[in-house]
Amino acid sequence: MANETGIGAAVKRKEDARFITGTGRYTDDIGAHGQTYAVFARSPHARAKLNGLDASAALATEGVVAVFTGADLQADGIGDLPCGWTVHSKDGEPMVVPAHPPIAVDKVNYVGEPYAVVIGESLEAAKNGAEALEADFEELPAVVDLASAASADQIHENVPNNQTYDWELGDKAATDAAFAQAHHVSSLEIVNNRLIPNAIEPRAALGEYDAASGLYTLHTTSQNPHLERLVLAAFVQIAPEARLRVISPDVGGGFGSKIFVYAEETAVIWAAGKLRRPVKWRAERSESFLADAHGRDHVTKAELALAEDGTFLGLRVKTLANMGAYLSTFASSVPTYLYGTLMAGQYKTPAIYVEVQSLFTNTAPVDAYRGAGRPEATYVVERIVETAAREMGIDAAELRRRNFIAPSDFPYETPVALTYDTGDYEASLAKALEHADYAGFGARKAASEAAGKKRGIGFSCYIEACGLAPSQVAISLGAGVGLFEVGEVRVDVTGSVTVVTGSHSHGQSHETTFAQIISEKLGVPFENVTVLHGDTGRSDYALGTYGSRSLAVGGSALIKAIDKIIAKGKKIAAHMLEAQEEQVDFADGTFTVADSNQSLTFPEVAFAAYVPANYPLEELEPGLSEKAFYDPPNFTYPAGAHICEVEIDPATGVVDITSFVAVDDFGHIVNPMIVEGQVHGGLAQGIGQALLEHGVYDETGQLVSGSYMDYTMPRADDLPSFTVDTTVTPCTHNPLGVKGCGEAGAIGSTAAVMNAVTNALGVASVPMPATPETVWRAAQA
Amino acid sequence: MEQSGEYTVSASRERVWEALNDPEVLERCVEGCRSMTVTGEGEFEAVVAAKVGPVKATFTAAIELQDVVAPESYRLQVGVKGGAAGFAKGSAAVQLAECSRDETRLTYHIEGSIGGKLAQIGSRLVQAAARKMAASFFERFAVDIGRSQGV
Repeated sequence: MANETGIGAAVKRKEDARFITGTGRYTDDIGAHGQTYAVFARSPHARAKLNGLDASAALATEGVVAVFTGADLQADGIGDLPCGWTVHSKDGEPMVVPAHPPIAVDKVNYVGEPYAVVIGESLEAAKNGAEALEADFEELPAVVDLASAASADQIHENVPNNQTYDWELGDKAATDAAFAQAHHVSSLEIVNNRLIPNAIEPRAALGEYDAASGLYTLHTTSQNPHLERLVLAAFVQIAPEARLRVISPDVGGGFGSKIFVYAEETAVIWAAGKLRRPVKWRAERSESFLADAHGRDHVTKAELALAEDGTFLGLRVKTLANMGAYLSTFASSVPTYLYGTLMAGQYKTPAIYVEVQSLFTNTAPVDAYRGAGRPEATYVVERIVETAAREMGIDAAELRRRNFIAPSDFPYETPVALTYDTGDYEASLAKALEHADYAGFGARKAASEAAGKKRGIGFSCYIEACGLAPSQVAISLGAGVGLFEVGEVRVDVTGSVTVVTGSHSHGQSHETTFAQIISEKLGVPFENVTVLHGDTGRSDYALGTYGSRSLAVGGSALIKAIDKIIAKGKKIAAHMLEAQEEQVDFADGTFTVADSNQSLTFPEVAFAAYVPANYPLEELEPGLSEKAFYDPPNFTYPAGAHICEVEIDPATGVVDITSFVAVDDFGHIVNPMIVEGQVHGGLAQGIGQALLEHGVYDETGQLVSGSYMDYTMPRADDLPSFTVDTTVTPCTHNPLGVKGCGEAGAIGSTAAVMNAVTNALGVASVPMPATPETVWRAAQA
Repeated sequence: MEQSGEYTVSASRERVWEALNDPEVLERCVEGCRSMTVTGEGEFEAVVAAKVGPVKATFTAAIELQDVVAPESYRLQVGVKGGAAGFAKGSAAVQLAECSRDETRLTYHIEGSIGGKLAQIGSRLVQAAARKMAASFFERFAVDIGRSQGV
């Protein structure tokens, strides 16, 4: 039975019609009567005392409505921006959290930190007002270098050594013992370069306050409107949740950077209430560079102990993670529970010990960015495994095979707190090797050499933990929120369906894939399904989208709601057909009585539910609308094999990716076209990190890669035509058997590229990004 | 940021020294200068409209003369505020050498740093912008000093 719009079909995206015709409705497209405009005054200094602020000229500027400072917000009882995950140090103490006022009060700690907001009748008036502010800064020496941050000036009064926590995971003694018996130890020092997210749509907010009802409405570019509302209500103290509605309309990309609760929307919604006028803000690209949470930024030493036959005995990892100047919403969890827990990779390494020290510097806050911790972990594991293969003279694919967790080993409990439910790593590697024509690599390398070029091949057999997350596991590890999801199926009188989900699409295509699920399960025509999301006024409390969770968690909630619809539909049909409920089957949109020719269509049952003439009202409520919450019992574990082949011109240092193969196991797939698109986007970002992108602060803490002149985004001509394929081991614990595909490309690809570059050059390591200059210098060595 | 330069001016060292200490001359010669006022002994404030790449703003510079050895050398300590455009600060060491009675060689060495939007999007443009401003200054200065000498 093939449902052309059901699960597994490459249905074209419903969303695209509006996106490619310019009729999408983004936050900045939404206006309100009497709207004012906010412009944030941002610190030009990386670290300074703010000794005073003279706003008189700003207030006298034509069209300026108000100037608000951090002190104004504090005086009104507005609280700090919280970090939602408490990580504990080795000694059991909770992480040390510095104060984080939305708008700086008496000191600034990174370039771009807002120290005032100017509200104007027009954007120009607000800009002129901001220009007229006179801030009295007293500059202090900035802490910029991560490696020396622990011994540098103390940034926050309550944070000695600039350290928020010193965390560990795994068995230190067992790991040390493994190293003591090692035949060979490989070690590697790795810098995971800082990235700036650069979603195509800059962050924006429109705050409104209705004096009649006391209701606040915030339109903003959030991946997670309920979390935004929770934080603004419970921590920032804008208003109780019931008087605060957060709407994320169309959102143009997030990559993690729009999960967090930022200063700007906080100030905007507060100011709207204060002024009793709508307030609009949209970031300029320069502001996005400065004030969106950045990603990655680790310095790591990794060591792998091996037996003579290449069996992994132990892995030891010590990482310094840069938090930037303050703890962003989920910053603490990224280099710990989303990083250290992934150090087993696809391998049966019996002993693992990870230490992570997270430090403050006078730079923009760092938080989750596509993959969030897992790309960093994969980079460590796959670079050290490749290094060991080269040092021991074992084929890199073969060394991995010797250490893979076998299909018969599942469920497999790693030494770093996770239990993998299923996988077949050998299968994805074998398929990738075939696509990459690994057997022919020698001949291609010889041909390149004959032409004066250097050719290299690199592998990355990654794993990730997705489908965030089992609430009780996450909460026991420090999460301040549950991580379930909600799904609602509202069947209309005529049998069309409205789905409401608490997950959020900012590129993921919920309107298409969730409609496919309804089409498949209820037999409702695809075009008769509407999917609503991104509105706390429409959906119950849920947790939004990140960590490749929409389908694995949100889709599972939807399935539970669908099951309730079908169960109720069967009761209604049984009554109408005068049969026993157990005799009624439902398939392809039709309720049938077993061993009879009696049947009812789904719309007939829906109609009966709302026009209950022939209906068991004494036993059953009218209506056909069901909702379900789903809390996953485990993470999902997408995994795969990426193989990158490069050719380098030693004269110029230019790296040409001649082929890139990604074979991923995402479990079952609802829409293969969308999955392929997600993989392509992820690969572009992972390759971007390896070759192009770098967030750079100079020694005084100035962001010198703060525009597209200096921060290189990957473009089509930087990338090859990808070979993307899949293998399938269905997730064992969710009803769709899905694992999630949103981050895999960015998680697996970076290590594959750098393994290929180092292989081509015959060197142990090359720093990222491997720009032509960096590669040329390495080639000269 | 560091930058050095050298210019030869057709005037005596005393004349060049005098001109370099005359706010009216400086106001005429600094491109985009809106005002140059004496704020104290050896202290000036300049308001200058300038452009570094895409960053265009009116900058207020507080200038202080230090280590003055008339008519040979001094050091300018400069702090520049550009509001939303950011800031610059640094010093310029200026030396005058007599080439002949009517010819003076001026050398300068600037050390400084920039911040805010100037650094964010102007970092790699600021060297060129500084060089251009210096060239423009000395071009005007040469003409100005020539005119005042009746050349």
